[in-house]
Amino acid sequence: MGILDSKVPSGPLAEKWTQHKNDINLVSPANKRNIDIIVVGTGLAGASAAATLAELGYNVKTFCYQDSPRRAHSIAAQGGINAAKNYQGDGDSPYRLFYDTIKGGDYRSREANVYRLAEESVNIIDQCVAQGVPFAREYGGLLDNRSFGGVLVSRTFYAKGQTGQQLLLGAYAAMNRQINRGKIKSYNRHEMLDLVLVDGKARGIIARNLVTGEIERHGAHAVVLASGGYGNVFFLSTNAMGSNVTAAWRAHRRGAFFANPCFTQIHPTCIPVSGDHQSKLTLMSESLRNDGRIWVPKKLEDAQAIREGKLKPTQLAEEDRDYYLERRYPAFGNLVPRDVASRAAKERCDAGYGVNKTGEAVYLDFASAIQRYGKEKALTSGIKDPDAATITRLGEEVIAAKYGNLFQMYEKIVDENPYKTPMMIYPAVHYTMGGLWVDYNLQTTIPGCYSAGEANFSDHGANRLGASALMQGLADGYFVLPYTIGDYLSNDIRTGPIDTNSEAFDKAEADVRTRMEQLVNNKGTKSVDYFHKKLGKIMWDKCGMSRNEAGLKEAIAEIAKLREEFYTDVLIPGGMDEMNQELEKAGRVADFLELGELFAKDALHRNESCGGHFREEYQTPEGEALRDDKNFTYVAAWEYKGEPKDAVLHKEELTYENIELKTRSYK
Amino acid sequence: MSGFATSSIARKVVMALSGLFLVLFLLLHVTINLSSVVSPDTFNTWSHFMGYNAVVQFLMQPILIAGVIVHFVMGFVLEVRNNKARAVKYVQYKGGANAPWVSRNMIISGLVILAFLGLHFYDFWVHEMTYKYLEANPEDPTRYYAETVEKFAPIWRTVIYVVSFVLLSLHLWHGFASSFQSMGVNNKYSPAIRNFTRLYAIVVPLLFIFIALYHHLNPITH
Amino acid sequence: MKLLLKIWRQKDASSPGKMVDYPIDGIEGDMSFLEMLDVLNMQLIEKGDEPVVFDHDCREGICGSCSLMINGEPHGPDRLITTCQLHMRKFKDGDTIVIEPFRATAFPVIKDLMVDRSAFDRIQQAGGYISVNTSGNTVDANAIPIEKEAADDSFNAATCIGCGACVAACKNASAMLFTSAKVSQFALLPQGRVEATERVQNMVRQMDLEGFGNCTNTGACEVECPKGISLENIARMNREYLMATAKG
Repeated sequence: MGILDSKVPSGPLAEKWTQHKNDINLVSPANKRNIDIIVVGTGLAGASAAATLAELGYNVKTFCYQDSPRRAHSIAAQGGINAAKNYQGDGDSPYRLFYDTIKGGDYRSREANVYRLAEESVNIIDQCVAQGVPFAREYGGLLDNRSFGGVLVSRTFYAKGQTGQQLLLGAYAAMNRQINRGKIKSYNRHEMLDLVLVDGKARGIIARNLVTGEIERHGAHAVVLASGGYGNVFFLSTNAMGSNVTAAWRAHRRGAFFANPCFTQIHPTCIPVSGDHQSKLTLMSESLRNDGRIWVPKKLEDAQAIREGKLKPTQLAEEDRDYYLERRYPAFGNLVPRDVASRAAKERCDAGYGVNKTGEAVYLDFASAIQRYGKEKALTSGIKDPDAATITRLGEEVIAAKYGNLFQMYEKIVDENPYKTPMMIYPAVHYTMGGLWVDYNLQTTIPGCYSAGEANFSDHGANRLGASALMQGLADGYFVLPYTIGDYLSNDIRTGPIDTNSEAFDKAEADVRTRMEQLVNNKGTKSVDYFHKKLGKIMWDKCGMSRNEAGLKEAIAEIAKLREEFYTDVLIPGGMDEMNQELEKAGRVADFLELGELFAKDALHRNESCGGHFREEYQTPEGEALRDDKNFTYVAAWEYKGEPKDAVLHKEELTYENIELKTRSYK
Repeated sequence: MSGFATSSIARKVVMALSGLFLVLFLLLHVTINLSSVVSPDTFNTWSHFMGYNAVVQFLMQPILIAGVIVHFVMGFVLEVRNNKARAVKYVQYKGGANAPWVSRNMIISGLVILAFLGLHFYDFWVHEMTYKYLEANPEDPTRYYAETVEKFAPIWRTVIYVVSFVLLSLHLWHGFASSFQSMGVNNKYSPAIRNFTRLYAIVVPLLFIFIALYHHLNPITH
Repeated sequence: MKLLLKIWRQKDASSPGKMVDYPIDGIEGDMSFLEMLDVLNMQLIEKGDEPVVFDHDCREGICGSCSLMINGEPHGPDRLITTCQLHMRKFKDGDTIVIEPFRATAFPVIKDLMVDRSAFDRIQQAGGYISVNTSGNTVDANAIPIEKEAADDSFNAATCIGCGACVAACKNASAMLFTSAKVSQFALLPQGRVEATERVQNMVRQMDLEGFGNCTNTGACEVECPKGISLENIARMNREYLMATAKG
């Protein structure tokens, strides 16, 4: 074992978490009142952690760059949240959820963490319903479920296409209750710019008030980073414009190891790029793959004609369509995991079968679902011998009830009616499995610095299954971190308030100021977005859906060069002591420019294909990913040593005691 | 009850209730007025009853006046507060894109009606008070019809009345239906309620207009 | 497409602001409204001017960050969308577009087109929650069946994104649609009934304290709401409030 201690408790898998909770130290209610905790980020993980910690009696400060905690990007999650409730009686169990998650993650996640996640998933649903989250229900009044990619049961709870919104509002409401009680103080429009370590322990942060520009010091006995993922390193992604890696990266620079940065999820169903002006990409929920069939034309000339607008997809006969997922993966069909579906789309488009102007789009077609539902509905409504128009109308109604808001969103963006003509979709960067390395207690390699949700690397291995991000964020925030953090804080009951006038805070603040002054005073010639777009292009072309050694080496060199150029030529109007959105962006892009290089370095070192990481050199003759379990069954955790190129690799070997490592097959 | 009286919702309910009370009163008023077209004698009888019955005079009439004052004062208080709620105005505000003119301009229709009420009080109430109490004239149960018809002889007064009734119609068009919403009624019956209130908002003012024009066009010839 | 933008510029909360004209060219119909502003900002930055500040984040119509009064309407002329979902194909070559911040005394301007909507947070803090601790042993989620219709109504109210278009559209800058959506979301569910009395009283009190105007039932809020939140919620809140007051 290297210096990484995962602190996984011993004992049988199913008992580890219960046993661990029984064994860890507690902090008495009287002492909790004297302990302060900072939570950075107020998405599902941050908001739920903040609320629960405050309920327990700790004094919590939350930080978010948005104007309200409720706007964190968890709100945009559409499809649903998994839980092994087995309400459908289809044989689901925590073990099956655990198994599916490990397999979906291509055997690159930690068994004990994933099992705990599966165990807690059932509590999440109970908790959220108690909070008043309005999940979809059946006519009998009980909760409804749908099915997601990579699994063979229906375990996904949902609220139309706005599950993330409803769950976040639930967690935000729980936060509000604590804000009202004075147990949480929420600092909105604040951005964490550095982590402060005192005697090797995380004891606070330096934050900037984005409205006034003021640099503030905040002390605490522990710091929780729940600041989300770093998908925006690609510039174009489904992340919010403000989503960034800064909090996590600043912690990394202070000693927290960064794990598996190259594990990125490219989501198969997003609205394709329409032009150079594009600022972000919009996801179309994976739930659409329950009913939509993905296809491209079988013949190259048809694809060409469609691209030129001479042929409409609806004119193409059934036998001229290639339902390539159903063809390649008959068992799972359109519901293969995301990484598989994305690569298959890229493969078809690269082969020349793309269907939009740029040749980077495939169809997601609801015509057969509309017919199927229409017939079913006509039957149950007692309509005898319905005509084609009636069937279509009824079918469209069913589809509208299920996905209405998504269809509306698509129509607004693309200006085409998806009920009448198939949707066009293409993969886009969506989620990052990599993140701060954490042990079983969700503590990073810095004592007192914890990480939850997408910001940590913990549960999804090399690929995340649909509807599992919400589950992980809430499991971490509601049920894991509030207890495991007590074990650490039990040693802090005599510490007393953290002095923010100490030398450590002086130094951290000075560092932050220097950095910002450098950016503001640079007076170059190019905007921040110029560099961000360039970085994004390098990342997408060379570290995207498929990677190879040569490309990754080029990426490393190009990013390093771009970073240099950034520091000499970036132009930021305005000053430091005021609202300055360009300065905010500049700080974030500066960190992306470092992360991007580490990302490529990580991808280069991992000589195998697994999950979202596909190395062209490592594939089967049929083009499927080829894992190398012998050499790469480990978590790659990188230690900061100045330049990204100097980062030092530490390996946490992954041991599978309960699951046999197999080649993933969805055929 | 703490804070109830000053809450925005309570104020709206006060507006709604006083408004509904005035709506009811309008029905009574129009009914009596209609009799002047149908039967001068009935009109005289009812008018005399209203003018000399103690309950009407010393209980109902003050309540009515209070109702008018409450509706007006509260309307004004709300208007001031609403104005303060947007201290800096828009350079461009397209109110017509999302709400009908009548609903956005209740203060205008309301002020016109208030001004009209001034004239109306002067015409009838002040006249009555002078007749009954200042000059202490004897009771004359037959004078009302002639007095009323005579009021509508000048064209200017008839025009003012007609215009005011149009504004009243607009005020009722929004206000009557709206009062149900303010009191929390919005259910499957609401469309029916709305249709009824709109019918009311058209018919009642139209009847008033008809009566005014009728008397203007049919003066008493001696 | 060539356009003339008239944009409110204001340095900070305490400085006076004014409308400034910005001619812009090369706008494509496929751009979203915010991408059009990105283009403008890029040009301003390259000239060394300060870019126009506006709130935005998810750019897919769900976070509720983006605002903007566009040609006199919140989120622009289209219906059931936010500004980030408004596309330039809704405008014609040569159009003049007036862009202002959402105006309400309770939403003070922070800078340019960015306003402070924390009043909404405070309204929710006053009671927009169900008091349940995170214990891991609350009752099973299916222990209490909830009528699908009630669950759907609750969901529909809960889809409010808190953008403030209702306030911006209302001639009285009233926050009744927002507050009532938040009240309704809980009032419609059995879990939420327990605290219903206190909740509606506290939230309405906070709403009034923030200085929002009164509802005069114009319905502008419902028309402009990007999520189509219904006026029924306002009636429900009025009802809840009256019942709560009657209960004392």
